[in-house]
Amino acid sequence: MATMPDEPSVRLASRQAPPFAGPPGPVTSRSEHPVRVEEDLMEARHAVRAAALAVDLGLVDQTRVVTAASELVRNAYIHGGGGVLVIEQLSRKGGRGIRLTVSDDGPGIPDLDAALDDGFSTGAGLGHGLGGARRLMHEFDVECPPGGGTTVRVTRWAPG
Amino acid sequence: MGFSHVDDIQDASGEGRERRCDRGTRGFDVSAIESAGRARVARALRDHEAEIAENWINLQVEQDVLVAGIGEGELRGEADQLVASLRGALADEELPTARLASEHAELRRTLAELSLRRARGGATPAAISLAVLALKDVVLEILRRSTRDATELFEAAVVLNRVLDAGGILAFDQYVATREEIISRQSRQLMELSTPVVRLWRHVLAVPLIGTLDTSRTQVVMESLLQSIKDDEAQVAIIDITGVAAVDTSVAHHLMQTVAAVRLMGADCVISGIRPPIAQTIAQLGVDLSAILTRATLADALAAALRITGDAPLPAGVGGGS
Ligand SMILES: Nc1ncnc2c1ncn2[C@@H]1O[C@H](COP(=O)(O)OP(=O)(O)OP(=O)(O)O)[C@@H](O)[C@H]1O
Ligand SMILES: [Mg+2]
Repeated sequence: MATMPDEPSVRLASRQAPPFAGPPGPVTSRSEHPVRVEEDLMEARHAVRAAALAVDLGLVDQTRVVTAASELVRNAYIHGGGGVLVIEQLSRKGGRGIRLTVSDDGPGIPDLDAALDDGFSTGAGLGHGLGGARRLMHEFDVECPPGGGTTVRVTRWAPG
Repeated sequence: MGFSHVDDIQDASGEGRERRCDRGTRGFDVSAIESAGRARVARALRDHEAEIAENWINLQVEQDVLVAGIGEGELRGEADQLVASLRGALADEELPTARLASEHAELRRTLAELSLRRARGGATPAAISLAVLALKDVVLEILRRSTRDATELFEAAVVLNRVLDAGGILAFDQYVATREEIISRQSRQLMELSTPVVRLWRHVLAVPLIGTLDTSRTQVVMESLLQSIKDDEAQVAIIDITGVAAVDTSVAHHLMQTVAAVRLMGADCVISGIRPPIAQTIAQLGVDLSAILTRATLADALAAALRITGDAPLPAGVGGGS
């Protein structure tokens, strides 16, 4: 794990931050997927795989994005009591990409730095999900507004 | 159909069918309407039993809500049964009208059986509900022959709506419940089918995993693997994940737990078929699988297993020819 091929740009919104700024490129396709029951996790993975394929991500990148999605929707399901996944296909000058926004109305993440640390888990997990998702994607934002809830937004761009 | 006046009467009550039984707060003495109406409907069901049953069947034919495959006799038996249990339910003064369908044991059973029978015959849930609702029109038409009094008809219509709307919904629910039961039974079966533990060699078991490993499936895999290890006195268990689409922290965690459990039983565990994209992803997730014996292919894993069991030290790549 000495070299990390893709160093992610991390912008962690503070807990008081305003909502996310506008999209970084035109959205060419958008779909919404509920995360309510365990079967939804599987549905979400399938939908993300299809979208990753649609924006021409390679096999490794597809696997990365699907895995990150799996972590985030599982977190929303387990820690956030269920939520929703939005998949957006993006297009900009440099190439195409995929953006995932997973939000829930759960308790939020009180200590984001701790939650991002590998090995930190308030549940029975390995505690690698959130930090892992960050490493697997190019862009990573978390927002936990004061009123509660968590929104994680991640993006990965196709190379070239 | 010529029965739209039923709905008009409902609307005239100002609140439609959702009006609760709570003490007639809107100027209606609900319970008085109910008991008068119930008695009137029950009497009609008693005095015109056969005719109502027959008209009901005819109306269903007319509305095209019947499916082929239910015999004439069966249909008649069903109709008689429904008319009789509806009458029985209306006589039960303990229960408010709106709750008769769900709480009067016999009526409930009759509706559930009707729904089951028709679902098996291929009827849609809408057709099943409509069939139940059609009985309202039939009874009201019978009543209209004996009285023109608007109040009396209104009282009867209120009662019919209350009991049979709930009945239609119950039949619908029953249909959905039946379907869900079938679906979940199939997925349980599929789950077991898709996790076969095979005996690869003496003392060597393998379980090829495919698709998505969710929590319940991993549980099934783990249990059947441990059981097979015991039954076969296996020394090595190979878990092949060639067919697994993605390994996230949760799947990795399950794999680690399975390996730990296998070891507790005194056997060794080899994981094979970690494809390059998955290996890269696991590394980036930061999950450490270095404590687990892994091999690129199932053949390599078998070779490693045979070295562990001390069975015929075969050259690597043993599986290549088979
Ligand atoms: N959507 C969320 N709502 C509330 N808390 C969250 C949410 N997502 C993550 N957390 C918190 O952050 C911690 C770390 O999350 P992370 O995904 O890294 O680990 P985990 O879910 O506990 O285990 P795993 O390695 O299986 O994912 C969680 O234990 C939980 O306390
Ligand atoms: Mg997690």
